[in-house]
Amino acid sequence: MAEGDLTKPTAAATGLLISSGEVSSDEILEAWIERAAGDDLNAYLWRATGEQAQNGVEGSGSGPLAGVPVAIKDIFCTQGVPTTAASKILQGYLPPYDATAVSRLAKAGMPMLGKMNMDEFAMGSSNENSAYGPALNPWDRGRVPGGSSGGSAAAVAGGLAPWALGTDTGGSIRQPAALCGIVGLKPTYGSISRYGMIAFASSLDQCGPITRDVTDAALLLGVLEGRDEMDSTSVGISGGISSPSASDLSGLVFGVPVGLLGEGVEPGVRAVFDATLDRISSLGGKIEEIDLPHAGHGISAYYVLAPAEASTNLSRYDGVRYGSRAPSSGLVDMYEQTRSAGFGPEVKRRIMLGTYALSSGYYDAYYGRAQRVRTMIVRDFESAFADVDFVVTPTSPSVAFRLGEKTEDPWTMYLNDLFTVPMSLAGIPAISIPAGLAPPAGGGPDLPVGFQIAAPAFREQKLLEAAFALESAIGFDGSPARIP
Amino acid sequence: MSQGASSGGGTAGATADGYEAVIGLEIHVQLSTETKMFCGCRLSFGDEPNIHTCPICLGHPGVLPVPNRRAIEFGLLIAAALDCEVAPRSIFHRKNYFYPDNPKAYQISQFDIPLASDGRLNEVRIHRAHLEEDAAKMIHVGTSGRIQGSDASLVDFNRAGTPLVEIVTEPDLRSGAQVREWGQLLRATIKQLGVSDVNMEEGSLRCDANVSIRPVGSSELGTKTEMKNMNSFRYLERGVEAEIERQKQLLSAGGRVVQETLHFDPSSGELHSLRSKEESHDYRYLPEPDLVPLAPTPEMLEAAAESLPELPAARASRYRDELGIPEAAAQLLSFETEWADFFEGVLAHDEGVEPRVVANWVTGEFAAELRRQGDQELSRSKVSADSLGSLISMVAVGRISHASGKSVLESMVAEGADPRQVVEEQGLEQISDSGELEKIVKSAIEANPGPAEQVRSGNQKAIGALVGAVMKETRGRADGGEVNRLLKKHLDL
Repeated sequence: MAEGDLTKPTAAATGLLISSGEVSSDEILEAWIERAAGDDLNAYLWRATGEQAQNGVEGSGSGPLAGVPVAIKDIFCTQGVPTTAASKILQGYLPPYDATAVSRLAKAGMPMLGKMNMDEFAMGSSNENSAYGPALNPWDRGRVPGGSSGGSAAAVAGGLAPWALGTDTGGSIRQPAALCGIVGLKPTYGSISRYGMIAFASSLDQCGPITRDVTDAALLLGVLEGRDEMDSTSVGISGGISSPSASDLSGLVFGVPVGLLGEGVEPGVRAVFDATLDRISSLGGKIEEIDLPHAGHGISAYYVLAPAEASTNLSRYDGVRYGSRAPSSGLVDMYEQTRSAGFGPEVKRRIMLGTYALSSGYYDAYYGRAQRVRTMIVRDFESAFADVDFVVTPTSPSVAFRLGEKTEDPWTMYLNDLFTVPMSLAGIPAISIPAGLAPPAGGGPDLPVGFQIAAPAFREQKLLEAAFALESAIGFDGSPARIP
Repeated sequence: MSQGASSGGGTAGATADGYEAVIGLEIHVQLSTETKMFCGCRLSFGDEPNIHTCPICLGHPGVLPVPNRRAIEFGLLIAAALDCEVAPRSIFHRKNYFYPDNPKAYQISQFDIPLASDGRLNEVRIHRAHLEEDAAKMIHVGTSGRIQGSDASLVDFNRAGTPLVEIVTEPDLRSGAQVREWGQLLRATIKQLGVSDVNMEEGSLRCDANVSIRPVGSSELGTKTEMKNMNSFRYLERGVEAEIERQKQLLSAGGRVVQETLHFDPSSGELHSLRSKEESHDYRYLPEPDLVPLAPTPEMLEAAAESLPELPAARASRYRDELGIPEAAAQLLSFETEWADFFEGVLAHDEGVEPRVVANWVTGEFAAELRRQGDQELSRSKVSADSLGSLISMVAVGRISHASGKSVLESMVAEGADPRQVVEEQGLEQISDSGELEKIVKSAIEANPGPAEQVRSGNQKAIGALVGAVMKETRGRADGGEVNRLLKKHLDL
């Protein structure tokens, strides 16, 4: 096979090339390191040399994924490798340990290509909140790749990494995957260990695959899922995950929450969504209108709960033990200077929001009420799943927007998560697959549109089967983004 | 063995001038598990700083807590010993505050649903008992010894994450003395469970007292002050008494008690106000999302109930009611586990000796001799329960006199001597042959005609000189009663 072609196959196909002996894992790694070195999307915050990439990797040459490199969102702790969560406050921080997800990948024989750009502490929907500048959308470098796993998605879509590890708290895997025309899967809360994943909102954070296709997503999930004794909230997926193979959707019912889709969806996005519903019908699936009466309050509840948890999770960055410490006089001043200089504006906004929401006298009005809304959304999905197999929505109300377009108004930015947040609050699995192209609202070349499918908790296999059948039928061509 | 516990239950709470004190305690107990509450680091005391640490107890990014099963079992034991109700699902919370000894900037503790509640230990009700983690230890370099004005502050994270059970009482205590006595009972109880070293000087047991006063007969609570972290119950007693007195004088003079945290300096007897930062503290409690609810299985609850040993309070009543030991001695023995174990060892040596006699020897002569020789620690004593038992037996059956017994005890405490050997070597065995003793009595009368005549003419006191003469001759080996009887017989009385 010609040298330049080594980065073209999907991760699954690359694994086959290596295990069949057609190509060596060294050749594959070299090709990808070269691709990563040409990063013109600001996708990487740190790139590994060949030797660094192999650090801690076991069983090279055995197993279906051995030798397939992977890019890691910079929110995962990697022993001795800079880990910043795209924040200045962790500049220079070298974790003394590996996240469980990272060591699982190493155990499967997968070298680490590098650490990927993201919104600071995963707070954002555009990657513009990175202390190291935004990653760019490979479809249009003037546009955002989405966030918070923007670097991971940009790299996979732009052919700078075969696949990547992301995290999703309110849509941070699915939305960037949608905006970059690739696949992003947020598994059920508790299916993959959170140990070593820098916490943003602990009751919502979940790690997952960002890949070119559904088969790769299934493969990566299969490696990652499982109970981890270091994470008391992890349980794994019983039965594990196998490669999906479904070719039709007969007998399956897809619920469309019409109330939720009422406003704010770009016409182009809506058109692709409707066309995808038609395609589901043509594959034998049934479309039903459903009601998720409280899902519309998801954003409001989310932006109380997530900042509340974030405000306590981020308190440990105090300059005492690691990370940056600003020059100061005395203890309180050290806290103030270090945190003022170390955190960016969006992180500060959420810390303040969350601190307020947890304050004595306000707890019940904000945090308590948001928790009750969350419980209602959980029940909404439970009753929906009594009638339908899946709930489907557009992943994002819009295609990729221009850099700077939404930075002035946090609420407009938060509305990006309108369709992804309810699933996060309910803890259920959801996947975004590219469903087609649509023109952006302000004009310009067509951009990818994501289609989101959500399933009941721990029904990832069923979800992947449906996504696989639909993906095959759609036949989305992501190559324009990957070949500059 | 501590003195003073013999003053009985709670002393009267009402003070002479019409106020009564209302006191509640908060006790932190460090559990003596192998490892920390939420990570695998070893527990330690006095080791080189920061060697028992890991990413979890240092609060690194991305780490998660995993509860220590043993700590939960210890917590359940304490709950059972304090007769508490155990919550079917208790919840861990984050208690948020910034301080360098708090690596995550939140302490994992329990808040609205604690592990255990509604218990009792003797006369004091237990409000709640919950699990949490200890903070790191700070050392402030410079003259002040406090963080303000120090040249530098060092943090030792060896202690960070040590499992704690915090026990909160209802405000059922009424005096400093009662605080000390009940505190000692609680300490003895927890020690008996084997779940903590309960060493106040090393901080494995820490006690804060909330003190307020109110007019006698009132059911309202006055404004309380909090006395922090005294390193002995004796100091706590003095501190509480001093604070009660201070509040009394304040109120009597028409003043008001201000809610504050106080420190009592035992050397000067003075109370100092610490910073009142706690008053304005908002801990922003949040249910800990990294942990699932703590739901003890029926097996765990059963195991705790089954492994409950006889506790000091029950032991004290058994000593009193079944063994006939006076209240004071019963408490003295049972509130300190090692003394109780020692006592029972002595008791087991010879079942023929009355328990109250054994108790008298152990809490009286033996404890006094340990003190006299300057070492009160039973654990360092050279006297085994068995050897003390054989000494008491020899006295009880009249083989040696009580006076000889005390002198033998002296060499036992000093050198760990075997009492039988001492009795034999020194020829202390009482003269049991009355023929031999009779001879000595006769010759004593002959040798002391003056006193003998005085006795005959009615001066009973003069017999002392004759007894002394017999004792001198027998080197104390004669039974006093027998000597008296024989003297009277030969003086024709």
